Amino acid sequence: MRSFFGILKDLLSRDGRFRFAFIALSALILFSLASYWSPHSPRFSFVVPPNMRPNLDYWFGTNSRGQDLFWMMTFATRNSLAFGLMTAALSRVISIFVGLTSGYKGGLYDRVLMAINDSFIVLPVLPILILLNFILRGQMNLFTLSLTMAFFGWAFDARLMRSQVLSLKEREFTNNAIFSGMKMHKITLKEHLPFVMPIVFSTWINNMMWAMGMEVTLSVLGLSNINIATIGTTIYWANQHQALISGVWWWLGAPVAISVLLFLSMYLTVISLNQHLDPRTRLQRIREATTDGT
Amino acid sequence: MKNAFLRYIILRVLQCLMVIFVGITVTFMIPRFTPVDPVEQAITRMTMFQQSTHPEALEEMRASLATLYGLEGSVFEQYLGFWGRLFRGDLGPSLSSFPRPVMTLIRTSLPWTAGLLLTSTIIAWSLGNIIGAFAGYFHHKKWSQVLGVMALVVWPIPYYIFAFLLLVLLAYVIPIFPLSGAFAIGSSPGLNWNFISSVLRHGFLPALSIVAIGFGGQFLGMRSLVSNVISEDYILYAEIAGVPNHRILKNYVIRNALLPQITGLALQLGMIFNGAMITEFVFSYPGIGYLAYTAIFSGDFGLIMGIAIFSIVAVALAVLIIDLLYPVFDPRVKLR
Amino acid sequence: MALKIENLRAYYRSSEAGVATVVRAVDGVNLTIKENEIFGIAGESSCGKTTLIRTLSGTIKPPLEIVGGRVVYDIKEKEVDLFSLRSSEMRALRWKHVAYILQGSMSVLNPVRRVIKTFEDFTEAHERITDRKAFREKVNKHVLDLGLPIDVVTAYPHQLSGGMRQRVAIALATIFKPPVILADEPTTALDVVVQRGVLQLLKDIQRETGNTVVLVTHDMAVHANVADRVGIMYAGRIVEVGAVEDIFQRARHPYTQHLISSLPTIGDRTPRSALPGAPPSLANPPEGCRFHPRCEHAMDVCRREVPPMLEEENGHQTACFWANREAVS
Ligand SMILES: Nc1ncnc2c1ncn2[C@@H]1O[C@H](COP(=O)(O)OP(=O)(O)OP(=O)(O)O)[C@@H](O)[C@H]1O
Ligand code: SF4
Ligand SMILES: [Mg+2]
Repeated sequence: MRSFFGILKDLLSRDGRFRFAFIALSALILFSLASYWSPHSPRFSFVVPPNMRPNLDYWFGTNSRGQDLFWMMTFATRNSLAFGLMTAALSRVISIFVGLTSGYKGGLYDRVLMAINDSFIVLPVLPILILLNFILRGQMNLFTLSLTMAFFGWAFDARLMRSQVLSLKEREFTNNAIFSGMKMHKITLKEHLPFVMPIVFSTWINNMMWAMGMEVTLSVLGLSNINIATIGTTIYWANQHQALISGVWWWLGAPVAISVLLFLSMYLTVISLNQHLDPRTRLQRIREATTDGT
Repeated sequence: MKNAFLRYIILRVLQCLMVIFVGITVTFMIPRFTPVDPVEQAITRMTMFQQSTHPEALEEMRASLATLYGLEGSVFEQYLGFWGRLFRGDLGPSLSSFPRPVMTLIRTSLPWTAGLLLTSTIIAWSLGNIIGAFAGYFHHKKWSQVLGVMALVVWPIPYYIFAFLLLVLLAYVIPIFPLSGAFAIGSSPGLNWNFISSVLRHGFLPALSIVAIGFGGQFLGMRSLVSNVISEDYILYAEIAGVPNHRILKNYVIRNALLPQITGLALQLGMIFNGAMITEFVFSYPGIGYLAYTAIFSGDFGLIMGIAIFSIVAVALAVLIIDLLYPVFDPRVKLR
Repeated sequence: MALKIENLRAYYRSSEAGVATVVRAVDGVNLTIKENEIFGIAGESSCGKTTLIRTLSGTIKPPLEIVGGRVVYDIKEKEVDLFSLRSSEMRALRWKHVAYILQGSMSVLNPVRRVIKTFEDFTEAHERITDRKAFREKVNKHVLDLGLPIDVVTAYPHQLSGGMRQRVAIALATIFKPPVILADEPTTALDVVVQRGVLQLLKDIQRETGNTVVLVTHDMAVHANVADRVGIMYAGRIVEVGAVEDIFQRARHPYTQHLISSLPTIGDRTPRSALPGAPPSLANPPEGCRFHPRCEHAMDVCRREVPPMLEEENGHQTACFWANREAVS
């Protein structure tokens, strides 16, 4: 297994989509980190003249609440990303646990876990999340919101991990390792982890996208904590002030443009990573490597 | 042979019951195990605008709300009672349009959601799969790559933002479609051309948003499935034997690549339903999603609860139908 | 003569991220295959057997490319150059004149259609089926003639065993009674008893219709049992051709000698000496005789020059400087 940086370098040199995604994502992360140097706190309003079009002083314009949208968006991007990361991390814990248990234990464990798992996949979670957040609104912070989202967002990926484990169990080296007397959990750690990790990573990004998209929906409905700046709450406030009708389109333009860029580059990262990990393209590279070598 | 088929059907039905069980249990637990009491919440909201309310009247209201929500007795008794009422099709009364039952409200919204969702999902699924199949089979062609890039750009955008962009673009910037609603206010519902054309015009944008995103997903999925299937030996063999391209595409490529797409549709139905709800908020389309939206703003806990439960059952049943249709396409399920 | 291969070269060309690779899988093959014979092609894995037989069937798709040479079929006393055909002519030629049984034929049947439907598709690619009932009867008769149970016609592929699927693939390939059948490892994944049945089937078909069968397999025992003549392939080239008795009893090329001597014989338990080294990469094959890095008789000339194919009176041909040292000097 090559190191993380090896894969990164390989992808950057081969894949144009990945290059685009990598640059865009890095820029967005830097942008969100700029929030630490923001001259204004996102909690205060009327710190700048309201309703200014984007100009040289205020790159993204200012909103009707007298906030500088550039700096507001740095906070919003940071919070949305943090929220996505947190949700994905929490749901990864569940899906890794369920997927690996189901895959390695098999039998009754597998059947029961997968029945529950499939129920969670099929469940329409939006109405349930609306119910939950409706009751808890005002008491939610980003962490509790991501906790509840994680509870509903693990199932699909647990299935992926399980099928990866099943295919790994079939492979030669597992049998060899069992014959040579290695303990099962040792096999898992030493031999299988390098194959499970890439899936964890690609489902991580997918799950982030799902969680951040849901955050937008819930916030627009006013079901999240609307005092925390996120991509969703920015849209919520713009709608509350009827930004479009009063012609302050940049108030919506900024979060929409940033989320389109963000989601597109995250998605491109996932697909180029998946393609990189696909056994057939892998084979292609190995073939090349051997023919290069001789 | 018969047994395998029977086993398949029984398993699918059990899985459907499991979905309903898990979903309903979760919805049951939410108001009971969260630190917020929905009764208190409702009372706060009601008394917010009335300065003086009698403490006794308040107590009475509290008790009647608790009965309404089935919050009396031990949690286990509540749980049994909850199921009992569900079996009778009773989702309780709505608070905001008291005393109309939640079920009645849902019944009036349902045709709009069902109509919108059914047509747009069928269109998106068929278009996405047919065009995706062509794009996968002719993957070296220019148009296939252009379509691929387009689907790639649309697909990852969050549903709300995409629907919203469409609304802004096609109803506001270039006002060719109405901003909201399901039909023009003046037209009288019925089987007249005015009404139908108005319904179609109003439904177009919401449907377009579901179709565009759904198309992207199906297209990308099908294209990659097809590129796997065309490297199968049975395709090569048919090509060698001189079977014409269109027949290979129809009987060999699509027939095989479609199978995972049917399973996929069943798995994604919950997500598609979420999408339809979002569409309805954005376009103020008077279906279940919009009903949920109004419930949120009028603080109608009972209605939200009812919608959640109804959605779970409806989606689970729809998934069951797709699962039961699957063997028609895959002989391996029936004949083992 | 049924078909003639002249100096055929077929390469896999691919380029990824600017690095071009060329796999010279078939590199200068000359062969004449006679009518009414079973011609065996032998050689270890990756030596280019499948590539050779695939070019003979005219299935040339990227990354495979014909770089040089000709394949000439004798069709009704007329010589037809395969690569000069238009694609419609190629299609007409395939299946009616040349049938091809793919390596790994177990998976050549469409899993979601009944076998009869595949028969229909393959037939309709070449002629109209006007009378479905008569066609069905024809298929039934064909299948019965081959000794297969009649139910296979209406079965789905997953309901058939591996051996049965292989036989169905053969039935599919022979529905038009083509004069040439190309069969690539038809018995490889099958167990021994089933293997024998499938081979017998091929043999019977050949005897009855008097057509030509090109049979590719790495299994020398199969060649000993069914082939009339055998060609030995090594690293993209044919190194020896002869009647089956000549190959098995009077092998002349050092590589063939190794193949033969490593065959197990009953009652003999002496350990076999393994051939040292591994077959070369076809992306970068050695100069001269491609066998020289592993050959115990290798001489200087072997490293420089490609040994020419020389023929004895009985038609036994060998491409080896050492084996032909008397003829050369
Ligand atoms: N699609 C391809 N692209 C690039 N190289 C290929 C391709 N197919 C085969 N090759 C290479 O061409 C060479 C010959 O392959 P071929 O399949 O003809 O061998 P074979 O003798 O049939 O082997 P086997 O006994 O394993 O079937 C091998 O080195 C193989 O790696
Ligand atoms: S030509 Fe030379 S190297 Fe090749 S087989 Fe003969 S003796 Fe060996
Ligand atoms: Mg082969």
